[in-house]
This record gives sequence, structure tokens and C-alpha cells, in this order.
Amino acid sequence: MTAAALPRRGDRTLPRPIESAIEFLRLLSKRPSGLIGFIGIVFFLVLAFVAPIFVPNQVNPDVTALYETPSAQHLLGTDNSGRDVLNQIVQGGREIISVALVTAFLTTLIATLLGAVSALVGGKFDAVFVGIADIVLTVPPLIVLIVISALARPTNFFALAMVLSSLGWAGLMRQVRAQVLTLKERDYVEAARSLDLGLTHIVFREILPNMRSYIVIHFVLAMTGAIYAQVALIILGLVPFSGKNWALMLYFANTQGAFYFKDAFWFVFSPILAIVLLQLSLVLFVNALEDIFNPRLRSS
Amino acid sequence: MTPVLSVRDLSIDYRTRRGPVHAVRDVSFDIAKGETVAIIGESGSGKTTLAVSLIRLSPRSARITKGAILYTNARETIDIRTVADDELRQYRWSECAMVFQAALNSFNPVINIWEQFADTARAHGMKDSAAIHARADELLDLVHLDPARVLKAYPHELSGGMKQRVLIALSLLLEPQLIILDEPTTALDILTQRSIIDLLGTLRKKLGFSMIFISHDLSIAAELADRMITMYAGTVVERASVTDLFYRPRHPYSVGLLRAVPRVSGAMGAVESIPGSPPDLIRLPPGCTYIPRCPLAIAACADREPDLVPVDTPAHEARCIRWKTVAEQVGTAEVAVAEKIATA
Amino acid sequence: MSVVDPTVRGTPLIELDHVSRAFKVPGGSITAVDGVSLAITASEALCIVGESGCGKTTTGRMLAGILRPTSGRLVYEGQDVWQKKGHDLSAFRQAVQLVHQDPYASLNPTRTIFQTLSAPIYRHKKAKGNRDATNRVRHLLDVVGLTPPDDFLSKYPHQLSGGQRQRVAIARALTVDPRVIVADEAVSMVDVSIRISLLNLLLGLRSEMGVSIVLITHDLAVARYFAREGRIGVMYLGRMVELARSEALVSDPAHPYSAALIAAIPEADPRITRSKERVTLKTADVPSLLALPPGCTFHPRCPLAEPGLCDVLVPELLPLPGGEVREVACHVAIRERQPAAELLA
Repeated sequence: MTAAALPRRGDRTLPRPIESAIEFLRLLSKRPSGLIGFIGIVFFLVLAFVAPIFVPNQVNPDVTALYETPSAQHLLGTDNSGRDVLNQIVQGGREIISVALVTAFLTTLIATLLGAVSALVGGKFDAVFVGIADIVLTVPPLIVLIVISALARPTNFFALAMVLSSLGWAGLMRQVRAQVLTLKERDYVEAARSLDLGLTHIVFREILPNMRSYIVIHFVLAMTGAIYAQVALIILGLVPFSGKNWALMLYFANTQGAFYFKDAFWFVFSPILAIVLLQLSLVLFVNALEDIFNPRLRSS
Repeated sequence: MTPVLSVRDLSIDYRTRRGPVHAVRDVSFDIAKGETVAIIGESGSGKTTLAVSLIRLSPRSARITKGAILYTNARETIDIRTVADDELRQYRWSECAMVFQAALNSFNPVINIWEQFADTARAHGMKDSAAIHARADELLDLVHLDPARVLKAYPHELSGGMKQRVLIALSLLLEPQLIILDEPTTALDILTQRSIIDLLGTLRKKLGFSMIFISHDLSIAAELADRMITMYAGTVVERASVTDLFYRPRHPYSVGLLRAVPRVSGAMGAVESIPGSPPDLIRLPPGCTYIPRCPLAIAACADREPDLVPVDTPAHEARCIRWKTVAEQVGTAEVAVAEKIATA
Repeated sequence: MSVVDPTVRGTPLIELDHVSRAFKVPGGSITAVDGVSLAITASEALCIVGESGCGKTTTGRMLAGILRPTSGRLVYEGQDVWQKKGHDLSAFRQAVQLVHQDPYASLNPTRTIFQTLSAPIYRHKKAKGNRDATNRVRHLLDVVGLTPPDDFLSKYPHQLSGGQRQRVAIARALTVDPRVIVADEAVSMVDVSIRISLLNLLLGLRSEMGVSIVLITHDLAVARYFAREGRIGVMYLGRMVELARSEALVSDPAHPYSAALIAAIPEADPRITRSKERVTLKTADVPSLLALPPGCTFHPRCPLAEPGLCDVLVPELLPLPGGEVREVACHVAIRERQPAAELLA
């Protein structure tokens, strides 16, 4: 079949990012679960980062309205100090998602670069880093995280992200390494070597672009992992935070015995629901991503 | 005598996002008992789509839009296109078997050859293990393989040539009347190719089945075929006996193909590629599909797609309005086309 | 157009000197290539043919400097390549390029044709600035027959046919001004009707640009066409068994294995192919590379084999007396001073 021509503007085609974005949305619309996930993610991003601009942080307790059930005034009820739960949900997403994003970014960055270079360089370098990754993978993560948190005492979200990344990179690094070991045998990589194009070119121009989908999918999965880890650490009270945070709401719920109050149901349930729905959105989206990135489903 | 297989005006489309791909268009041919027909074409010619449709193994995105595939044995004639599923199962393997390309993962890698035989036999009603074993021994012997060694082996332990022989043996399990072979010698070494070709020739003589070859390799047609069909852009462009097609081709594509293949024996001749590439099967031009690559194209060629018309003899047909000009260029001597062009 | 007479051996540009390559496999070690020597001069067209397992691809990859020999030397411009470092090694890498077999795997699917071709140009500073680089890419696309070049610059590999992709791969090899191109089965996965045009392109590079081309193939008809002004080397189980001019090999093969191959090839001509005389070999079994026969590895199958000689002594590639320059590794042919084809008739 003759090759189809791309639309042209002068010597160049439509800017690739825009063309890709349109194509991506079109493919996504064919997969209902993925679309739902995507909408969910967008919803939570807006809720966490945009909504707080319009909804002021409410700090004043209102002792006349303790643990109220949902009403027109308080859509999700109030907490033990009469503060509006919905308000807390709106304020509390920012930190969790920020930490997740930064952790995912750090984890993916370290794992990808380390995995790729290790696979390409081989030899002792490779053996050393695979060994380290194996050790990191063998230790039970939660326990180590607890110990590290206790020692490092992260006081801001960036520090927490670094703590979480310290363990999260190992699994992805091994997977990236395995992928790169395969890709480096491809003919076009061999050609790049024989044309003496250099390690940087081979990593960033030949190999990583062929792993784009892989990396994106793992980024999203790393986010879900980071959210779980954060929530665990915060509920256990290991992270001395003072801000607004869904997990913190659960921590306070725990320490204040809200789990035993029938009236406190909405205070406890709301953050759980928020966390679960966010995770679900991420997972549904990732499922659809795997389908979309499958090259056989994209036609020329 | 009724032909064993009669394909009439078969057309097959594939559904794709850009529109239906007209992979096979108005293909008709017959194959008589004991005859060998070679269907020659390159990528995009539709030959593989055609081949799998003959045993109704096409993928779901393929749709037969018109035509019939009539199969005749001693008792009856059925239309493969419309026959019921259980009758189709009976047809497949016991009446018509297909030999796939051994190089392309035609075997289940986790079971050995004996299990492959047993599975196939049981799926078609043979139940007695001893009988199946005896038959497997007999067939492997027929294809010059050592049953004791091969039945125990796993596919990866066999060479390409041995795997192809096993596939041929499997196809003969139920003594079919018709065997379809898809690229049987592609990707095989020279000496192995030779042994497979000789084997097919011997088996054909011994067992009398009809054969259809699908290939891009003209030499296998030259070796084994009685008649040949060349396909281009989904349709038949020439249909002739093997000597007619090799020495007296009447369609420019057949001529082009013959000239594009270098030879080892005899004079080198004038070897030349066909310029250009096959057309887009979704948006076909109104006239002859070969125009962009044809050295003899004239304005009239673009009016409508030519019909398949008889040329020198009724059994020899070509889809070209200028076949007489081709005839003048090629002549009638029984000498290879490449040599003729060189000395012209 | 200059025609190079292979009987006039100038100083070799690149040569394999008694090169061997062994691989470890479960079960022991196999010698894929055993003691092969090959000298290639400038502007030469050489073909290496053989069946699967004969070591031709391994030999090609050693020639291109991608695989290191386990013994023997690869010599380029008089120096051992694997002892080179730095600038010299870089010069060698650019001088010898490989074109792969599979057009669907040889180009990076995420890069446009322009990106693929311009990377080496920028890297090795073969152009001054973007406009110069683009012009150079356009020129290369012209050379390999992809015209008009502007149609191809922004395309991705999946938008091109197999034949077009191979042309891009050849253009990529040309970006660094190589002296030798090793084409490893470069036309085997391409449509039959366009193979010749690709071979003509490679031959054109030789005559117009003086690049030596080494074509590795299992198809003797392709070899005969390609090397009609050059030599063909036949390999069997890791050894070079015959090295001769193309026409001499095809009409009068010196080694019994070559004779068997040529007689076995099915031809696209019913009259010829159905009347060809075959060379019957003693057995169809090909020995495993893990357990090679002693002496001449071909002796278990060879109709001319003499017990006590062929199963004991490894034959060397020696010149056969006669008008044509040809070398053969066969005790009987050398002793009788005649090509095997005549001894078998």
C-alpha cells in the first residue's frame, strides 16, 4: 500500500505534541473505563489544586456543630471540632497528590536512568547496581520506610517524597534494565553504535523514546504506590505534618476515637472515599494506557 | 470432469479504519483432480488472503463480499463459503489440508511431535492411540523422517526442513483430496528446498492429491506446477499452463516478474526490477491497477479495469488490452523471457 | 565506469587473517567461523554465500567490527583493528558500515527519516549548520533513489515500504563516507520484483563512489548477479570452501559442495529446472556444530570423499591451477588439478 502523507505546513507537519494529544483523546474515548479514569484524575487534580483557590481554608472550630451529618450547609458533615469536612477534603488533596507526583517523578527518573545506563554499560557497573536493587527489593518496604521516617523526620512534602523514592526505584530499575537489554540488541541500536553516535544519544534518542509508553505507565503506577505508602506512614503517625491532608484526617480520626462514633461516619468515610476513588481513577487510566500504547492498535 | 475446487468470482474485503481494503477481487479458477496450480504474487497481491479463505480460516476483520468456493468430492459439492460449521470441520483436514510456513511458528512449542499428531487425529475423530501411532509412523516414513526420533522431539529441536516435512506429514493424515501450501520453501536452505520440492513431487505421484501453492517464488512453480496464476493488487492478471506463462507471458506484470528474477544456470539475460510499488487497495484507480509500473500503458488502459480475456489459446487468459503487443515483444520461442529481451 | 579485475590484487583495504569465532552454548562451544582469511580491495564486489549455520553472517559481522574474533586478526589499512583506540578506532568504525537484513527492524520507529539520517551527520560534523545538513540528507536520499527527497524527510519508517526502508538504511551507512559496506542478507526480506534495483544501487555505489560491497546471501542467483564482476566465497560449517570469480563458480564449480548447491537450486525456468542434473550427496544430514566431523567437514556427505585422506586432514584453501584465479579447499580437486564439477560428471 502506498504511504499516507502527513498533513503539511511548509516543510513540517502538525506539531507532534498536539497531533499526539488529539490522537490520544480519540483512542481513549473508545475505552470507557479508561475515559472514566481519566475524568476522575482530572476531577481530583481540579479539586486539589484549583478548588482551594476558591474555597478558603477554614480553621475556626464551631463547637455548636460537632459531628454533624451532611446537610445543605455542610455537604459532608463536620468533624470533631465542627469544621466542615468537605472543606478539609478540598484542602487535603494538594499535599497527597503533590507528594505522589514528586515521588513518582524521582522514582521514575532514578530508575530509568540507572536501569538504562546499567544495561548499556554492563560489566561491573551493572553488577553493582543490580545487586543494590536486589537488596532494596528484598527488604520489607513498609518497615524500612517506618525506620527511615523515624530517623529522617521529614518535615515537608518534598522530604517525604525523597524518603518514599529511596525504596521505590528498585523494582522499576530492574524492569527498565530488562527492557533496555532487549532494545539494545535491535538493529537500529547496533547501527547507532557502529556509527559511533555515543552513549548519550543511544540512551536518550534511540532507546528511551521506544520506552515512552512503558515509562508513562510506570509513572502512574508509582503514583498509586506513593499514595498508599504516604497514607500508611501518616496514619501511623510517623510523619510530623501539620497541614491539611486526607491521611491526616484519618490519623486524627484514629487518635480521637472517631472510628467508634456512629455520627463520625462521614468524617471517616470521606477521606477514605477520596483516596480510594483517586487510586481507582489512576488504575483505570493505566489499564487503558496499556491498550493505547500497544503499537498494533495504532494504524499508519 | 468436475474440478475438485472451483473458485468463482471471489471477492474479500478487510475492514480497517480507513475503509474496506479490497484484498481479493473477482478471482476465479478451477483445479482438477491430481493437478498442481501455483498462485504467484508479491506482498499486497492478495494470495494469502485467498489461500486462507479456501478453508475459511480468515481473520474476523475479513469478509467475503461475493463469490463461491465450490468443493467437490465423490459424493457431493459444497460451497465452503456457506457450509455449516460441523460440515466445515469435516471438510478441513480430511478433504482439504493446509500446510503453513514452517518457519513461522506453526507448532505449539510446549508439546512434542507425537502429541501434535495425536491432537490433530483426535480432533478429527480418530480415537485409537495405537492406530494413530501406526499412521504417524507411516506418514513420517513417507516424508523420509525417522519416526522413533521425531515423534519424541519438540519443535525447537528440529531443523527448518524437518519441521516442514512434519507439517506435510500432518497434512496427509486423513488422505485429503486437496492440499494447500503457503510458501513451502521460503526461508529454507537451498539443499533443504530441493529435498522438499522432490518430496512433494514424489508424494503427488504416489498419492494423487491436487495441490495449490501460494508463493512469491517463481522457481517452485517452474518445478512443480501444471498451471499458474499470477496475482496483482488482489486480482488474477494471467492464467496459463506453466510453459505458456514462462515462455509466452501475455501480461506486462508476468513479463516484469520473469525479468526481475536472476538465474544461476544459462545466460544471465537482462535482469531488471519493476519500478514503483503496488497500489493502495483501499482507493483503487478506475482503470488497470498496473498502469504506474507498466511500460506499455496507454490512455485507454485507464478507462476501466480490463477483463480476463483468452489470448493464444482458450486455456491461457490475460487481463491486458495490449496483450498482442506483449506477444510481439516476447514471441513464441520456448526460451526464457530474460534471454529473449537480451538478444532483442 | 571502472571495472575492477579481481585477478589483479592490489593492497587489501580490509582483511580477515585466519579469523575464528567461537560461541559458548549449552552443551559446549561451537566454532561458528574457523580459520577464515579474506582480503578485500577498494571498489570490490564480493559475495559470501552459504546455507544456514555456515558462519557467513558471523564472518560479515566480524568484518564490520561488530564481533570480535576469538582468534586471528581483522586488519584495516595494515593495522589490527582490535588494537586500535580513540581516533583510529573511530575512523575504522566509520569506514566499515553494516546494512541489516530486516527492513522492519533496522530503523528506529520513533524517529523520522531526517532525524535518523542527520544524527551521524551532526555527530561527525559532516555539515556546517542545519541547512547544510538538510542538503546533505537530501543528496543522500537522491543517491539511494528516494526521490523527491522532500517527500521522505518527515516520514516515519512505518510509512515506507520494505524496499524504501532498505534504501534509507543504505543512505544511513553512506552518511559517514564508508569505504566498505557489509550488506547482511540485505535483499532477502524485500519483494522479488525490486531486489535487482537494490542490488543495482549497491553496485552503483561501487562504481560511482568506489565503495567496496560485501554481500552476504543464501541465494546463489542473487550472488551470481551481484558479483558478476567480482568474487563469490562459499562457506560450509564455518569454513571457506571455495573463492572464485562469479561466472567460473557458477559454470564450473571447483568444490563438490558448490557443485551440489548449484545443481540443487530450483530455477525460474521449467525446461531448465526439470531437466537439471542433481549431485547426489551421501546423506542429507548436516552435522551439528557441536560435533564437527574430523578432517574435511564435508566428507560424510561428499561423493568424492576418500577415506584416509578427507576424514583425517583439514583441507586448506589453495589456488587451483587454470586460467581463472580460484581457490578451493578440497584435497581431491587440488590433487587432480580439476574442479569438482568435472570430476563428478
